[in-house]
Amino acid sequence: MEKRTMSMTTGPITVLNKDKMPVVKEQDVVPFRNRVKEYATKIGMGLVNQTKLITAASELVRNMLRYGNGGETLIEVVSKGRENGIRLTFTDKGPGIPNIDQAMKDGFSTGKSLGLGLPGTKRLVSEFDIKSIVGQGTTVVVTKWKNG
Amino acid sequence: MEKIPILKMGQFLLVTIQIDLYDRLALNLEADLVQMVSKTGARGVLIDISAVSIVDSFMGRIIGNIASMSKIMDAETVVVGMQPAVAITLIELGLPLTGVHTALDVEKGMALLRKKILVDGEEDDVDDDGADYGSE
Repeated sequence: MEKRTMSMTTGPITVLNKDKMPVVKEQDVVPFRNRVKEYATKIGMGLVNQTKLITAASELVRNMLRYGNGGETLIEVVSKGRENGIRLTFTDKGPGIPNIDQAMKDGFSTGKSLGLGLPGTKRLVSEFDIKSIVGQGTTVVVTKWKNG
Repeated sequence: MEKIPILKMGQFLLVTIQIDLYDRLALNLEADLVQMVSKTGARGVLIDISAVSIVDSFMGRIIGNIASMSKIMDAETVVVGMQPAVAITLIELGLPLTGVHTALDVEKGMALLRKKILVDGEEDDVDDDGADYGSE
């Protein structure tokens, strides 16, 4: 069993608001994206950052559906110092990712996709963290700062 | 079941995506569009995505597929009206939509399609009998 972490999160983070949402079927994706958009709008995130965040959310939720048979998402409004942001957590109980380094490479895919999902998503957000245990599941946490 | 309408306008097919697509809807659109190209013998497909706020890698792939499929059915595809934030996100994501023609709006997209078909037509003439029609 392998446990790997890639983390860039530093500093104390305060959680201002929490919202849980299960995503188990394709039709849940658009409502989830809309919920993320609501929170991003609420904290005054600009349109470009919003679009990046929602696109990243869409990629991750799609991964969760395709490879993890769905799971649970957590949308949080967080603050660090004077900066506000949105933190998204995606938890599935799927097969897990045996080799995270490989999964994080551009162009790698076990499915029939372009293999842009994880590395592309990482470029779109401020902070990206992935933990996976083979046989138990995968958790991805991303944060997008309002001005980040 | 929801469906994205495909309108026929002369030699072209016009698709306006007004809602955020979920996967099944996008896949249906891909299939419907190729069917329509075959049925109508359309020479061009114009997809208006001005109301689409998110294009992720899946949607990008569908757009690319539509363009490639139409191409081998002898129809050009032009995507119009992409929002600036979507363009920025697509490039950062690493999805440059190569092989897909784009234009700023429907009007410019139509003009581009007309030009493409016209240019193709002229090339065919030149190929056919090797004559230069430019001087006539």
